Amino acid sequence: MTTPSDGALDHLRRVTQWPDLSNTRYELVGEVARGGMGVVLRARDRELERDVALKVIAVEAADADTAARLRREARILARLEHPGIVPVHDVGELPDGRVYYAMKLVSGKRLDELLREGQPLRERLRLLLRICEPVAFAHAHGVIHRDLKPENVMVGPFGEVLVMDWGVAKHRGEPPAAGAAAASTAAPAPDATAHGTIVGTPAYMAPEQARGDVERVDARSDVYALGAILYFMLTGRAPGRLPASPEAPTRTWAGPRHASLAPGITPPREFDLELPRPLEAICLKALALEPEWRYTGATELAADLGRFLEAEPVSAYPEGLLGRARRFASRHRTPIVVLLAYVVMRVVLLLVARV
Amino acid sequence: MAFPETHRSVVLAVRSSDQQERQRALEAVVAAYWRPVFRHVRARFRVPDEEAEDLAQGFFAAALEKGWLARYEPERGRFRSYLLACLEAFVANQRRAGRRLKRGGGVTLVPLETENADGETRELPLADGSDLDADFQREWARSLFALAVAALRQRCLGTSREVAFALFERYDLEDHDASERPRYADLAAEFALPVTQVTNHLHWARHELRKTVLEKLREITASEEEYRAEARALLGSEPA
Repeated sequence: MTTPSDGALDHLRRVTQWPDLSNTRYELVGEVARGGMGVVLRARDRELERDVALKVIAVEAADADTAARLRREARILARLEHPGIVPVHDVGELPDGRVYYAMKLVSGKRLDELLREGQPLRERLRLLLRICEPVAFAHAHGVIHRDLKPENVMVGPFGEVLVMDWGVAKHRGEPPAAGAAAASTAAPAPDATAHGTIVGTPAYMAPEQARGDVERVDARSDVYALGAILYFMLTGRAPGRLPASPEAPTRTWAGPRHASLAPGITPPREFDLELPRPLEAICLKALALEPEWRYTGATELAADLGRFLEAEPVSAYPEGLLGRARRFASRHRTPIVVLLAYVVMRVVLLLVARV
Repeated sequence: MAFPETHRSVVLAVRSSDQQERQRALEAVVAAYWRPVFRHVRARFRVPDEEAEDLAQGFFAAALEKGWLARYEPERGRFRSYLLACLEAFVANQRRAGRRLKRGGGVTLVPLETENADGETRELPLADGSDLDADFQREWARSLFALAVAALRQRCLGTSREVAFALFERYDLEDHDASERPRYADLAAEFALPVTQVTNHLHWARHELRKTVLEKLREITASEEEYRAEARALLGSEPA
């Protein structure tokens, strides 16, 4: 009797669940990831001689609803042709009846893994700017991602960003239920309301999404998630939120509208006083409790973030005279130093001439 | 091993009034559990291979003689956990009494197939103390897969499926790194088959293996609930 080695045993446990790719153009190479709804496999496309990623419904989740959801996800992705969104090559049905779609095989690191390596702040912020681009593109095409989080962002070897996992995305005009139950990461049922099913990941989920208030979920819900990613970039942790209850205290922040934050969120400067106030303000504006207090979309958030990086005034933070002077000085450091040197030199020359 | 054609639970069959059926059921339990029991004894009690073998052998002999397996009540938990608890108590007693075990009272219960496995286990490192349960479960999974592979091989021998098993053995059973694993095109050239045939054969073999593993699992579990829970633990998914 052949007793399988550790490696062979692990392989056997996986392959007994691999789908049947007979009579397709694909040849299975290995498993990339596994979630509640499906499995992502690495496969070789024999026609085009390239490796692709195949997303296939898991054996135990293979029913008509899940199949429809996977097709829907593929269609949404196919509509969004953007360098920051993984392209879909093909969608179809395997001989065993399970639906699959083939997409570009992405190499790189997950954002959460990359951030643990300790990038400099400005680099982290530039990454967020690049994440905002495909999200803004999707918003412009009427698509809300609804599950943005560091684990769903891949960063390639040249810093290119890909926003992944559009399985619970919502297209404008779709009935509220469409795709709602698709989340492999769906929150526990007790949080669901009569309005709809909760989808997304709790720490990165906008309050209206957490309440299951599907009618109010729009681009600003993704802005909240982007704010939560920024929070993670600034503090190394996801914004903790208390479960919604009437007794839960709400905090305010010194933004232009003194908007309330979702209960339980600690402002980032309480972890690190060296964080610039305007940056904290951008983060907290994105994380505001009510959608109308947030940025209207990823474009507006990116614009404010860009202004911060260029040392320009940001819309989220009304600064005083001192703040403006400090920012002016940091933005024009070289000419100010040259001017000061010139003035000092003239004064010295004047004094020398008098002597 | 021909038992059982009907996939009746051997865990329940050990209570049978039919002596032959009882014996065959015990053999099936031993086939699935000998290796995990041996390795667990060796790691948990830090005993040399020979003593671990004696204790494992003695445990199964005592289980048969004293009817421990027949006393298992499915509603009180998994059979695997029950067996482990019996084993712990048995070995602790034996060691307290400081007795050398008779090798099974003259009854050999070690399945012939495990003689090879025995040699292999000597090469495997001891499990870390904190991982004993996980190690027991892993060895149990290994035994189950080994039994299923043996059954699959037997089924393919001398039939048109022999080539399917040969491909499966080459691609899935050999211990490769993902990068070293041959491509389907390499296998197609090696076996003089079109690539599509390779895909078909491999899928058939994997599908049959899954079916056989689940059949074996059905045999050594006592209830539907236990069967489904063990299938989840073993394959990461519920049986379809």
